[in-house]
Amino acid sequence: MKTLCAILVLCGAVALLPAFVSSGVVLNLVIMTLYATLLGQAWNILAGFGGQYSFGHAAFFGTGAYASAALQVHFGVNAWLCLPFAIACGAATGALVGALSFRYGLRGSYFALVTLAFAEVFRILANSVKFTGGGVGLLVPLKSSALDFQFQGKAGFLYVILVLTLAGFLLSWWLERSRYGAWLTAVRDNEDSAAALGVDVFRVKLQAIVISAGLMAAGGAFYVQYFHYIDPHIAYGPAVSVEALLGPIVGGLGTVFGPLLGAAALKLLGELTRNLMGDAPGVSLMIYGAVLIAMVTFLPRGIGGLFRRFARAA
Amino acid sequence: MLELSILFPSLLNGLTTGAVYALIALGLTLIYGVLHIINFAHGALLMIALYGVFFLNAKLGLDPYAALPIMVPGMFALGYALQRFVIGRASHGKDENILLATLGLTLILENFALYAWRSDTRTIETPYTFSTVDIAGAMISTPKVVAFFGALAATAILLAFITRSDLGRAIRAVARERRGAKLVGIDVEHVFAMSFGIGLACLGAAACFLLPAYYVNPQVGNGFVLIAFTIVVLGGMGSFAGALLGGFIIGVVESVGGLWLGESLGQIGIFVIFIAILLFRPQGIFGART
Amino acid sequence: MLEARHVSISFGGLKAVDDVTLAVRAGSITSLIGPNGAGKSTLFGILSGFLEPDAGSVSFLGQEVTGLAPHRICRLGMTRTFQIVQPFAGQTVRENIAVGSHLHRAQRKVALAHAESVALRVGLAGRLDKPARDLTIAGRKRLELARALATEPKLLLLDEVLAGLNPQEVSEMSPVIRSIRDGGVTVLMIEHVMQAVMNLSEHTWVLNNGQLIAEGKPAEVTRDPRVIEAYLGRGAAERLRTSGNEAHA
Repeated sequence: MKTLCAILVLCGAVALLPAFVSSGVVLNLVIMTLYATLLGQAWNILAGFGGQYSFGHAAFFGTGAYASAALQVHFGVNAWLCLPFAIACGAATGALVGALSFRYGLRGSYFALVTLAFAEVFRILANSVKFTGGGVGLLVPLKSSALDFQFQGKAGFLYVILVLTLAGFLLSWWLERSRYGAWLTAVRDNEDSAAALGVDVFRVKLQAIVISAGLMAAGGAFYVQYFHYIDPHIAYGPAVSVEALLGPIVGGLGTVFGPLLGAAALKLLGELTRNLMGDAPGVSLMIYGAVLIAMVTFLPRGIGGLFRRFARAA
Repeated sequence: MLELSILFPSLLNGLTTGAVYALIALGLTLIYGVLHIINFAHGALLMIALYGVFFLNAKLGLDPYAALPIMVPGMFALGYALQRFVIGRASHGKDENILLATLGLTLILENFALYAWRSDTRTIETPYTFSTVDIAGAMISTPKVVAFFGALAATAILLAFITRSDLGRAIRAVARERRGAKLVGIDVEHVFAMSFGIGLACLGAAACFLLPAYYVNPQVGNGFVLIAFTIVVLGGMGSFAGALLGGFIIGVVESVGGLWLGESLGQIGIFVIFIAILLFRPQGIFGART
Repeated sequence: MLEARHVSISFGGLKAVDDVTLAVRAGSITSLIGPNGAGKSTLFGILSGFLEPDAGSVSFLGQEVTGLAPHRICRLGMTRTFQIVQPFAGQTVRENIAVGSHLHRAQRKVALAHAESVALRVGLAGRLDKPARDLTIAGRKRLELARALATEPKLLLLDEVLAGLNPQEVSEMSPVIRSIRDGGVTVLMIEHVMQAVMNLSEHTWVLNNGQLIAEGKPAEVTRDPRVIEAYLGRGAAERLRTSGNEAHA
């Protein structure tokens, strides 16, 4: 109950933000933090709760992005209608990758590598096929109406990403207190024991990757509306896959607020770096890489784990 | 459809590339076989080695092949230090941790390269860059032919070392039975670091052979990582013979696939093979089914 | 209740289970004994669906279950524990048991409450909110038992649930196992602790090198020379007998 209140209060506060802040820069920062949170939430469902670490989550992001962009560019479909379609495409891709990987018992590093391979395959395909615009990518036509999922100011986008991350929060909250969530974490902690206790391991994993992929695809569709452009490298390249996993690892795997904590901390770090070192390319990612190693070495439970340790000691 | 006159050079090119791939994959196999680490940073480390060769040439005028005595020990030292002080510390024995730590390392290396040297693609020019060798009617560029023999020689040296030297024996002992090796007094941490170092030394050699016929930019590592893993998985995790054979197979697949599908689409063949092997025959050609 | 017919399995040329046939009667406590490496846990693996036999069949409650996935067999009413306990380390005792409870309960609160009642039966009530990884070996064994119990099985396969316990802990667990049977659950246990085997089980099967070499009441079976030889080596039965005669003489 406390968690649910915290979620609602937090989202409520963010929803009120545009009434007090009109700076495009600040709003953009909040939007991008929530966007990173969404990607992290998606990854967290499969990895934090489910224990399956994917290194190719871009496969689902890109599919959602391209699904939405292609429908708009080639068929003039309304952008809002594209969103559920994008989610469905992402979920279907998740089902495909999951069915193959889990059916053949891929776990741990092998699973991570296979997901990376899938992302690469999609990237190469997107690069070579006219439907996705090939190497040039797709430019989504500029519209200015909220009815077309494009907004004049940032506020509209803020609300959309807020709703999506709210969905992510609620999903994670539900995982913490549902039978399915108990099954999923059981599979994460010990597959054999879980199976011996009646858990359908394959089905549970498959459902997790489908949910995770769908949420990730929503992120992809949002990206397309916010930036108006998608190409194979953005859609399926390693950057998105890395962005998805950094937040939860830093903030705390398998927790409701971990992705948000991590995304916020990393954004803060990124801004600090930019102020100190200017806009030199690659600097923030270098620091993120160092943070990743540091987290894994010293703080395996993430920042959230630190809070919990202090809370218990207090 | 594919005439021999086109296919034959393509095959030869594939073999020369394959030899270098094999050398890269051997380093990865060693690291996996001994430390059971899937070294995600292998591609980024190759990229660093390539830059090393590049700058030795650009700043000191050193011929890439002459750079071997610098690159190999240099990369070895880098590998030893990385394993001893970074990766070994981060692992806590968990598979996922090592995966993430090596991912972090990749991020650092790639973006350092981006920051320090920008994203331009660099190549080097040597007196023999554009010369070719006539092999039964096919004109193969000289650097590639040298790469072929050089990689094979390096591989032979590596294998001889592993099978004949004391350290090699210790390495094989640790690979097979970590606890037992510790019990008989082998300094396992040291062996880990040595193995990682040797694995990177292979990259140093590979870079010297690769750069004359190739190029470098901060992103090249990405392409090599999956290829290297495909080879290792194809040949069988932990099998040297497998890495060698796998290297040649993949080199040829890439070359002939590129002929047939165009260069970028041709790479798809490799990844499809990778996925297929992991799904249907994870032990590869030579690996044992655990 | 449970029948295994001519079950065999080999691993790389080694026959781990060789033509084993046994039948477990409903409402009984029975045991499977034999020296280390005899194939007992492997047999459990076959019975519970973790391994598919090369030959033979298994039927449970009259239904063919050979080769069925473990979770399906669990849902039919047969639950097994593991010799090397594998708790969900990061979760609490209550959460661990609840995973079993969830088999028949969909609501989280209901499952957690049921987990608490199961913990009480097994003697884990005081440790419900401890992380499973903090338990002692005895605690973990109880947790293993509690989790399996929470699935409300008709047949419980206990794999060395008493191993590693001191005599006092064993004598604390024995009545728990008996009360489980009295509650309507059939129990088949793999055990090395002979005290428990003699006290608890009505019928014993003896496995050696994958083969069933004897079965019957525990007291009779442990006097069977073939069984003695399986544990103590060839000729041991004869030596024991002659030394016994000498002692009497």
